[in-house]
Amino acid sequence: MFSNILIYFVVIPLVMLAGLALCRNIRQIRAVAVTGSLALTALSIWLLVDYLALRAAGETAPMLYTGSWSWFGPLNINLSVGVDGISIAMLILSSIILLTGSFASWKIEPHTKDFFLWLILLSTGVFGFFISIDLFTMFMFYEVALIPMYLLIGVWGSGNKNYSAMKLTLMLMGGSAFLMLGLIGIYYHSAPEGAVRTWNILEIAQNGAISHGWQYFLFPMTFVGFGVLGAMFPFHTWSPDGHASAPTAVSMLHAGVLMKLGGYGCFRVAIYLMPEAAQELAWIFLILTGISVVYGAFSACVQTDLKYINAYSSVSHCGLVLFAILMLNTTAMTGAIMQMLSHGLMTALFFALIGMIYGRTHTRDIRQMGGLMKIMPFLAVCYVIAGMASLGLPGLSGFVAEMTIFVGSFKAGMTDYLAGNGSLRLVFTIIACCSIVITAVYILRVVGKLLLGPVQDEHHLTLTDAAWWERTSTVVLIICVAAIGCFPNFFADLIKFTFSPSIFAVIGMN
Amino acid sequence: MDITLPLLILAIPLFMFLLLGLVGMKMSHKLAGTLGTLGMGTVLVLSYTTAFTYFFSGAPEFINAAGERLQYMVFNTTWLQFTDTLVIKLGFLLDPISAMMLVVIPTISFMVHLYSLGYMRDHHGVYEHGFQRFYAFLSLFSFSMLGLVVATNIFQMYIFWELVGASSYLLIGFYYKKPSAVSASKKAFIVTRFADLGFLIGILVLSYYTGTFDFAALTSVPVDGLANVSQVSLGTAESVRSIFENSAAPMFMGASVLTWALVLIFMGGMGKSAMMPLHIWLPDAMEGPTPVSALIHAATMVVAGVYLVARLFPLYIMEPSAMQIIVWVGALTALYAAMVACTQIDIKRVLAFSTISQIAFMMVSLGVTDINFHHGIGYMAGMFHLFTHAMFKALLFLCAGALIHAIGSNDYTDMHGLRKYMPVTHITFLIGCLAIAGIIPFAGFFSKDEILTACFGNSMLWYVWMSLVAGLTAFYMFRLYYLIFWWKEHKVHEGHHQPSDQPWTMTAPLVILAAISCVAGFVPFGNLVTWNGHQMFPGENSFLTNLQHLDWAVAAISLAVAIIAILVATVMYRKENDLPAKFKNALPALWDWCYHRFYWDELYQFITHKIIFGCISRPIAWFDRHIIDGAMDGLAYVTNKASVAIKDFQSGKIQMYVWFYLAGALLLGAITAFCLL
Amino acid sequence: MDITIIYYLVPSLVMFCCGVYGFVTRKNMIAMLISLELMLNSVDINFVVFNRYLFPNQLEGMFFTLFAIAIAAAETAVAIAIIINLFRASKNIDVTDVTKMKF
Repeated sequence: MFSNILIYFVVIPLVMLAGLALCRNIRQIRAVAVTGSLALTALSIWLLVDYLALRAAGETAPMLYTGSWSWFGPLNINLSVGVDGISIAMLILSSIILLTGSFASWKIEPHTKDFFLWLILLSTGVFGFFISIDLFTMFMFYEVALIPMYLLIGVWGSGNKNYSAMKLTLMLMGGSAFLMLGLIGIYYHSAPEGAVRTWNILEIAQNGAISHGWQYFLFPMTFVGFGVLGAMFPFHTWSPDGHASAPTAVSMLHAGVLMKLGGYGCFRVAIYLMPEAAQELAWIFLILTGISVVYGAFSACVQTDLKYINAYSSVSHCGLVLFAILMLNTTAMTGAIMQMLSHGLMTALFFALIGMIYGRTHTRDIRQMGGLMKIMPFLAVCYVIAGMASLGLPGLSGFVAEMTIFVGSFKAGMTDYLAGNGSLRLVFTIIACCSIVITAVYILRVVGKLLLGPVQDEHHLTLTDAAWWERTSTVVLIICVAAIGCFPNFFADLIKFTFSPSIFAVIGMN
Repeated sequence: MDITLPLLILAIPLFMFLLLGLVGMKMSHKLAGTLGTLGMGTVLVLSYTTAFTYFFSGAPEFINAAGERLQYMVFNTTWLQFTDTLVIKLGFLLDPISAMMLVVIPTISFMVHLYSLGYMRDHHGVYEHGFQRFYAFLSLFSFSMLGLVVATNIFQMYIFWELVGASSYLLIGFYYKKPSAVSASKKAFIVTRFADLGFLIGILVLSYYTGTFDFAALTSVPVDGLANVSQVSLGTAESVRSIFENSAAPMFMGASVLTWALVLIFMGGMGKSAMMPLHIWLPDAMEGPTPVSALIHAATMVVAGVYLVARLFPLYIMEPSAMQIIVWVGALTALYAAMVACTQIDIKRVLAFSTISQIAFMMVSLGVTDINFHHGIGYMAGMFHLFTHAMFKALLFLCAGALIHAIGSNDYTDMHGLRKYMPVTHITFLIGCLAIAGIIPFAGFFSKDEILTACFGNSMLWYVWMSLVAGLTAFYMFRLYYLIFWWKEHKVHEGHHQPSDQPWTMTAPLVILAAISCVAGFVPFGNLVTWNGHQMFPGENSFLTNLQHLDWAVAAISLAVAIIAILVATVMYRKENDLPAKFKNALPALWDWCYHRFYWDELYQFITHKIIFGCISRPIAWFDRHIIDGAMDGLAYVTNKASVAIKDFQSGKIQMYVWFYLAGALLLGAITAFCLL
Repeated sequence: MDITIIYYLVPSLVMFCCGVYGFVTRKNMIAMLISLELMLNSVDINFVVFNRYLFPNQLEGMFFTLFAIAIAAAETAVAIAIIINLFRASKNIDVTDVTKMKF
């Protein structure tokens, strides 16, 4: 079992948990958190290199590094692992955000140890989710990632934290209820009559035994289940409150990684396993996600709380992820995964910066701040860069992701339109394109009010610029954002391979 | 051709940006400024070499046996692959217009770099706050603009298009403590972003049908036997059109889809080139430092729209209705901006409106092009005007910068009578005015004359219209000139320095640009830049070529119009008098509308604040908080209430349970009895 | 006069009703416990009587009664223990006042 490299993505966090339990002071806690997350980052980068080498050597299996260990025989539950380019991208994203999140919560108070314990437990769930290809273990890790969120927000949060923590947890739990129903349904139809049922995604996809009628029921279940986590309209309202109350590192992990669980799950489970229903029912969710995209952006235009702005912006960007996935063509889906990466990094950067600014000014109301560029130039410049990434400046990650999505979805839309299949996709693609303007409006509004102009509050003049750990955290994220923005083809190639397997040929995806 | 030079042309500004941006604050001001300027100087030399090699080396990849100039792709590397055919590549395309821009951009950029060494410090020699940042942004802009003009495909152009927009945003908002600068930068970015939305959709439509982003595949045919070389061809454009015509849905809302695509792409150009109704950002952009206005908002970035249309010109020819739209937009903008320029007080705003008007000239010129009339003289004239206008308008802006630097105010009401105090500025400004007014032999005369000839070839309406605008141009420029340098004696305020000419770093660019403005008109442009590379006067490469081929009938009329306009301006503004006031009082409504720029800003203010924010964003935010969130909270509330309501059944009061039990038992007993009986 | 089964059942019923009445109306836990015992005993009587009259050759009813008496003794011991502890803690054995451990 321990010869499989993927297991270490769960083992390392567990070791970290044990290490944290033994820690006696904050220095040790930091040491454990940073060492562990560095190890995870190194591991994921090594995995990336090795994966590319294997692919270059002609490996064509849909998932590599697969392994399976029985967990509960009678129901055929296994701990099955395996990754492809998408999972690797997500693993890198998670480890980088865990690393920067650890730096960002360098001085978290009180109960530092407990905070990190829960944080690492959360990431155990995240990593476990991304390496799993067994629906049951996947779901279990998913829940492991959700529950600590309640305590992390409820204990270390700010503002109306009890309400937010409860709301977030309950809504996500509600989503999981749908999801569980869907997953159990998939299990019972995972194999042809008489054969052994399975939870393994690859086997289910190969069997293709889910009948058309059942797909119609199970696809919405799983899509909504994951869609709640992906902040799909109208199930997104946990996001503004939750993000606003969460402590910095939790916001980063949550918006950066957990919301990606939604998109990833929608792709990996809902669409991968039920392609026919996906094609026929996509229109419902296209409308919802298309609304998310502009709706989130418009809402962000008038918010006054920095975290609310960013939360709505996340609704808009994550809406774009689900939107693109539903276009069911390679380009748009590649774009969706890139958008997941891009949004993860960029929104983590945003939340880190907001946390740092809030830690100094003790307010997140943009009406009470101004001219921070003069006071804390480093943070301000980073904020501008994050903003530019968010509004899609070429050279940063947002641009490539959005353009890939737009090109892909426009293609899907035009193909539909010219074939006389209605113009829904086309219309919603154009509506989604409009978000690039609205995004510019709210980003520049914040930048103008918060960073530029005269200093609003005299007390702010004494504030200091970023400390070294804050600089580390932001610089690492900015480098990643710029790397994706400057060398997009590397990531596109990494992701694209997944879209080639024969399963996609079944539904005539191009 | 070797790829080192082109690569360096792009790499040096980028490197300078990164260097100055990352470690600039650690450097001394002087070092940062010098480094930036030297870097740009190197780019200047390299790109001049490249452009001259392209035009005059006569190598087979640049010009064919028939004397037609070709398009040569120096390099083209894949940047992002969408599908098998749709690929964003980053490359370097050399053709007449990009080679011309390789002359224009580094020239102006270098002048501005040099000029800013003096401009960005006060009278005591203290550098502005953020001096290094300023040079970093200038380098970023130069990089993006160069990347834009050498783009090999429309998506590369879009990428750099966004980047110039961002650097323009950063530079307009350079004085970030000033709220007006902040809002101006925001406005500039958002308005152009809105236009870029059109551009993006246009690209999507075009690329969906044609399956390519490459300019070469859209507008030209490969030349046999030479790799990476192609020649502009109508045949390719025709086949593109036929792709559209043969598709399942060739028409959309009464126009062909190709027209839609081209108009949407033109919309991007309208945004960047400040065409009405997307012009509102440019006058406000004058909040940026004046050298920036000279570089970005007069000479280079704002002509990107014209450049874009020129780049896709063979496709535009295919769709006369798209061309018509370009002409109408251009002509209306030209007249509008010229009228507004006659009433403005802020000298930079006058120049800004003048820029809008002149760019509109170029647009009209492209729009009226008939390829059978003098080998498509309109295209050539538009590009020629782009070239000359860049020189003299940068000159005018830099003069304005010198004046503002000396006086400390943007309004001519604080200037007046400066000719004795600032002789160099005076003479160079006058040369600029003569050039833009179109007086022979200054640069503007030739290019404007060609434009009017092209208009004449199209229709009488545009000829008269544009001649009128040309007259207005001469009038408002000389109005400005007289109000700055004459009108009345300059009054030096108590405790102020006497205004004087500025240090050599600032005057040298003025003199150089003035010299260029004097001679640029004699460049035999018809042999260098035409729409398909065909030379208009083969073999005649002397400085008299343009004069020899002048259409004197048109030239004489345009000269007469200009001179009359200048005379009127002289009468009205040379000496202090009450003629302007009388004029204003005679047509108060017209003057009011012009002075307030026809209330466009108010209209936009209304649309953005009242409609977008007030009627869309706020209701959506409210809807989200109260309806959607309220529904979720309501769900929780109902659950909560329901559990409270049934809580009493589980009161824990044992005696209550017994009562319930008894009641139930009795009821059951009664029912049983009832049934049995 | 023959002593029929009804002579036993009526007092037993009265006892039971008294028990029920006491259980639902008294607030004192000791009193409630006594009422409970009353009900149990009335049921015990019934068991014995039914056994004796309806199935004279069998003894299940008798045994069950003995069993119930034993259980009742144990139950009373536990209940008294709880009540005493409660009294020590709150000086009060009113059943309506014992709400501390609710919810």
